[in-house]
Amino acid sequence: MTCNPAVDRRTILKGATAGAALSITPLRHVRAAGTPVKVGVLLPTSGVLAFLGQACRRGIDLGAKMMAENGAPAVEILHVDTESKAEQGRVAAEKLIREGCSVLIGAFDSGTTISAAQAAEAAKVPLVVNIAAAPQITSQGFKYVFRNFTPGATLVYNAVARIKELSSLTGVSPKTAVLMHVNDTFGHAVAKGVDILWQKLNVPIEIVDTISYSRLAKDMSVEIGRAKAAKPDILMPVTRVNDAILIVRELVKQNVELFGVIGPGSPGPYEKAFTDATGKYGDEYMDCVPWYDPTRVKTRRAIAAFAEAYPDQRFELNVGFSYEAVEIVADAIARAGSGEPGALQAALRATNLQDHIMYGGPITFDETGQNPNIGGVLLQNQGGTPKVVGPAEIAVAKPVFPMTPFAER
Amino acid sequence: MVELYLKVAAGGLLIGTVYALIAIGLTIIFGVMRVVNFAHGEMVVMGMYLGYALWTLFAIPAIPAALIAAVVLFGLGVFLQVTVVSRFVGRPQHSQFILFIAFALVITGLHLMLMGPDARSVMAPISFQTYSVGGLRLDAARVQAAATALVMILALVAFLRFTFIGRAIRAAADNPLGAEVVGIRSGRVYAVTAGIGLACAGAAGALVSPLFDAQPFLAPEFTLLAFIIVIIGGLGSLTGALIGGLLIGVAEGFAALLINPAMKSMFSYGLLIAVLLLRPAGLFGGREAR
Repeated sequence: MTCNPAVDRRTILKGATAGAALSITPLRHVRAAGTPVKVGVLLPTSGVLAFLGQACRRGIDLGAKMMAENGAPAVEILHVDTESKAEQGRVAAEKLIREGCSVLIGAFDSGTTISAAQAAEAAKVPLVVNIAAAPQITSQGFKYVFRNFTPGATLVYNAVARIKELSSLTGVSPKTAVLMHVNDTFGHAVAKGVDILWQKLNVPIEIVDTISYSRLAKDMSVEIGRAKAAKPDILMPVTRVNDAILIVRELVKQNVELFGVIGPGSPGPYEKAFTDATGKYGDEYMDCVPWYDPTRVKTRRAIAAFAEAYPDQRFELNVGFSYEAVEIVADAIARAGSGEPGALQAALRATNLQDHIMYGGPITFDETGQNPNIGGVLLQNQGGTPKVVGPAEIAVAKPVFPMTPFAER
Repeated sequence: MVELYLKVAAGGLLIGTVYALIAIGLTIIFGVMRVVNFAHGEMVVMGMYLGYALWTLFAIPAIPAALIAAVVLFGLGVFLQVTVVSRFVGRPQHSQFILFIAFALVITGLHLMLMGPDARSVMAPISFQTYSVGGLRLDAARVQAAATALVMILALVAFLRFTFIGRAIRAAADNPLGAEVVGIRSGRVYAVTAGIGLACAGAAGALVSPLFDAQPFLAPEFTLLAFIIVIIGGLGSLTGALIGGLLIGVAEGFAALLINPAMKSMFSYGLLIAVLLLRPAGLFGGREAR
């Protein structure tokens, strides 16, 4: 066997090293001036969270379309699926950064967002968090992470405050409650938060039982049987959409009579899948969540455009916060006048969007990268759609409380 | 409180009967062909989607939908057996495992492509109805599903005992070589067995469609549930699958009530470990002729 003296081991090693260096060099450095800024979007568009990830994606796409129509700087949106796996956050973020993205948006669930945030921080590329409630996302000293969503503690605080003021809003004072929660990170965190804040805010309703159930529950008959046995005035389920449907079905079957069902910061009951599946029985179900402000012109315009683009879908909080993430990025690009990640990071830090679609104060970011001005509303399903019934300043309907017994519907 | 206990026991027995039908589908395939269908949960989900589609498109209720699903899945079982699985019967177990895991992945992918990731609910009035029996409110969909599953199980037992093909299946399960010697064509027997196994899964899926929302990702849970039941009952035993199904249904209900609803699946695994330690062949394993 002979060796080619021109290609020796050292040459190969040098070539390999150069190749490796090139492969990790972000392409943004070679982007021509005037080309659209690449915005990477990480969402779980397949896997168990796909249903919600797809809703977020619709918000992103609508946001990009409307920003372009409003004359915002040109952007190119690159989507990567995180497959509903937390560990894919980092992989997806690194992939988007390698492809030259100057800013990232994502990633819907907390685990994936934490994973993606580490990659973004290491590469010094800003990440705008559309949805993810875990406190550590903005408490780790990251400089490139900006969250426009309520952290878990605030979410629960707003929810407990809304439940507390329900009595003054309706003149009806429930005395007892049962708290039910899905047995996952989110469900546990909310249940724990409710427990703490219940004492702290001195809510005059006694929680007589707390029932946790599996994330994969297919059947809630025993859980609702146990809740019924505690004879509560209100039921407070912390759910996803499927278990919220199962809960309503069982409440009807077991003829449980309650003043109300109120989700304390829970996803699920405002989604179209829920109202479609439960029909009249899903009406008067309440939920306390961050939501869009239905009184703003900008919101109504976004909802109309959404209805035109996706006539079979509902504009809800996943869509709204994803839409707003695009708006935040577009605003930062316009003010930075550049697609450079460093300039975008500085522009994001100085964000001050007064007119936007979600309920709350202006969008700004504090030193941790958190928007502290996001509000929470009290929603109630009425006529098959979620309506804001509190706070009074943006309410579009009056709360029905106590709720109509299921047997009389 | 007594009413609650009675309700949990009744609910457990009712859903346990449907679980038994699912497990019988798995155990009959293993008992006769000695292959383990790792895609069994996917077949149940396929039945659920059929139940959903038949109700949504043609307003066909769960019981006739279960019969249609049984026929469709029977055909699918025969087709898969004749075209693919027959080549794997007698091959090393790891290649059989890979084949069925591949089936599971393909079917889940197809479910995702055709139906999407959203949960699909049967919007039938029965999903919200109950029967009142002596002051006890029983879920109407659950009562109907259990009664139909029980009739199907009894019909299957009668089929295996009293028909020629049923006896041929039992003969092939007991002694494949002996069955061949007396003129039983094992290929045909295997095809019918695969069809029956999948028909059980499909029918059970359609029966539970008014109870559980159809979703592609439910499949592994059904597969695992069927495994737990057949291992507790004894692999290859129909009686074992029936008793195992009822046991799991009731045990899960009481575990949810008395311990913690989030731990009810853990209780099933605990029961599985206890049976494996105390009676490794299962409650009816080796006792009953296959």
